[in-house]
Amino acid sequence: MAEQVLTDFIRALRSADVRVSTGEAIDAAQAVKLIGYADRQRLSDTLRCVLAKSPSEKLAHDRLFDLYFSRQAIPQQAPEEQQESPSADSSEGPGDLLDLLETGDETAIAMAMERAGQEAGLQDIRFSTQVSYFAQQMMKSLGIERLEREMMDAFRERTEDGQARAEDLIEGRKDMFGRAREHAKQAFETYGTGATLAFREDVLAETALTALDVRDLGRMQVLVQKIAKRLAVKHSRRRRKKNRGQLDVRKTLRANAGFDGVPFDIAWKQTKRDRAKIVAVCDVSGSVARVVRFFLMLLYSLNEVVPDIESFAFSGRLEDVGETLETDDFAHAMDKIINSIGMSSTDYGQSLSDLRMNHWNVLDRRTTLIILGDGRSNYGDPRLDLFREAAARVKRVIWLTPEGESLWGSGDSELPRYRPHCHTMKQVTTIKDLERILDEALSRYQ
Amino acid sequence: MTKTGYEPLTSIDAITAGLASVGYISTREISTAIYLAHNLRKPILIEGPAGVGKTDLAASMARFLDVSLNRLQCYEGLDEGKALYEWKYGKQLLYTQLLKEKLGEVMDGAGTLDAAFDKLTSFEDLFFSETFLEPRPLLTAMKQDQGSVLLIDEIDKSDEEFEAYLLEVLSDYQVTVPEIGTIKAQVPPLVILTSNNIRELGDALKRRCLHLHIDFPEAAREQAIVRARVPDVSDALLAQLVEFVQGLRDLDIRKRPSISETVDWARTLLLMHATELDEDLVRSTLNVLLKHESDIQAVDKDVRTLTRAAASTT
Repeated sequence: MAEQVLTDFIRALRSADVRVSTGEAIDAAQAVKLIGYADRQRLSDTLRCVLAKSPSEKLAHDRLFDLYFSRQAIPQQAPEEQQESPSADSSEGPGDLLDLLETGDETAIAMAMERAGQEAGLQDIRFSTQVSYFAQQMMKSLGIERLEREMMDAFRERTEDGQARAEDLIEGRKDMFGRAREHAKQAFETYGTGATLAFREDVLAETALTALDVRDLGRMQVLVQKIAKRLAVKHSRRRRKKNRGQLDVRKTLRANAGFDGVPFDIAWKQTKRDRAKIVAVCDVSGSVARVVRFFLMLLYSLNEVVPDIESFAFSGRLEDVGETLETDDFAHAMDKIINSIGMSSTDYGQSLSDLRMNHWNVLDRRTTLIILGDGRSNYGDPRLDLFREAAARVKRVIWLTPEGESLWGSGDSELPRYRPHCHTMKQVTTIKDLERILDEALSRYQ
Repeated sequence: MTKTGYEPLTSIDAITAGLASVGYISTREISTAIYLAHNLRKPILIEGPAGVGKTDLAASMARFLDVSLNRLQCYEGLDEGKALYEWKYGKQLLYTQLLKEKLGEVMDGAGTLDAAFDKLTSFEDLFFSETFLEPRPLLTAMKQDQGSVLLIDEIDKSDEEFEAYLLEVLSDYQVTVPEIGTIKAQVPPLVILTSNNIRELGDALKRRCLHLHIDFPEAAREQAIVRARVPDVSDALLAQLVEFVQGLRDLDIRKRPSISETVDWARTLLLMHATELDEDLVRSTLNVLLKHESDIQAVDKDVRTLTRAAASTT
């Protein structure tokens, strides 16, 4: 019983995105054995120490602990035999629905609900729409059939007493069903919400950015954080690369001067990795603005790996927006930029020459220049000369566009003319695409 | 079982009391973590902002248990040679020189090269023995038979390779020296790792550790800490200055004042014979709390409201 409680709790944690390994589960069991279930606060402290390993995991733990252990009867030290006997004959024993109604014993009802929940497999609940189904299942295992039979019998008596009794039973049935629903709902909150969220996130990651709804923005922000963390873990490692095999003679001699020049300590040559620097130049006119929003959101969440980020927004003219974006309220900053800069008609040539005039020195040999735009310049001069010059100054040029390849070059699109000067030109539609591109760009700094 | 230094760790309350006796104001969570760490024989990984007493906890534990503290400060490029053990090359070289002639005497009887070689191998491991082993913090901690506190400070600053290397040490409490063999700790040390979250630590390491997150203390605990360090400060001033610092931490500044800075500030105010906070006093001593010019400027406009709020607490 006690182990079951802990196993179910760990299961609930896992469904809420807290990674708990088998080893940690064993640790938790040992810790609980040590601490006991008697002191609730102490139990919570213990489990959060053993199982939750980051601030966000600790938050999830606290929420679930309250939810879970408010429902769960905390097992006493030796309840084993007691617990066994009623569940053995659950169809007729004191757990039966009819008897429960008659006695009206709250504890007995709560315990019966708990058991019925387990029999109905309530810990597998994943979606809120399943609540009714599970409540039905619970009622079944509580022996609703017998209650209904009784009810019919009472009706058939066709006496006033029988009528009254039948109505009592209907009332009781309703009450019990309400309790079962409540119980199932709570189980959904414990086990299901995390899974639903994870499912929604998977869907979001594959949804076209232009098709996202305003109500998805909050969740998108969470998703973006996760992606950023993933990229950070992957790329924040290793600043220096050891170049085993190439002896650093000078260093070796100096290090071993104390040993009469006998080389005990051998120093190898090593190359330093460049620190990543990304310069983003984004078209914020109508059609592209949505994609830009998420791209910049992701980019600015990456500050752990990319210490240098410069960003410029343009439609008619180009402006430095780096400072505006380095605030807490990212969504607000983005709105401001789109409203102030994105309103004039797009001119790539003018924007490039603005970049040339005012910000040319941000482009250096460790820069990855990422341009996000559809390349539709209203038939103005695309200033290919400036673009070529920019491409020569930087490490890599990546052009991202929301349009499909078949549209490149149609109408006023200048993409085919810019293309020869880019290392990559790609269509981005989902947040996954953005992740892939940034992943690739960052791995060039190995 | 031999007597170890861990005997005072009988219960969570005993730990809280013991830490208090050496001047460390613990919390329920901190004491629970230490109790678990001792009983499950697991290292504790402590995360949290700079200056909340992560390192101090390890030092206080060592004082409380009266065992040695072995501290390993991590940095980029730290390797086993500096963390675990090193051969005393210089000494080995010197001994070789000194023993050269002795060696000649010993070899004297050996007529052939084979005989000389046999003779030489009979003195095996002369130079690769513990005499020439320079123990570094990790090995030192393993060798304490009274138990010890091993502090691996700022593990997030070390390289990923070193983190992986630590796994063996932390899960089995043993180290392998190829020339000698495996040295296993008779009494496992109490291991405390700290991290300021400069980089994300690997999952493997996190899995092996208990995790403790220490945040800035609540007002009551901070008062108790300052009280323990600066016993002369008056109750009224203490309540006010702690309230002010707590308010300061909610503002959007680059570096939030740590506990040690609160303590320093309390000392400063005491030196200036202040009995309560007022705006001029705060402005003139703000540089004790805030270490960036931009922070001092940013806070300037809030000083008045914060001081008033703090002054009204008593």
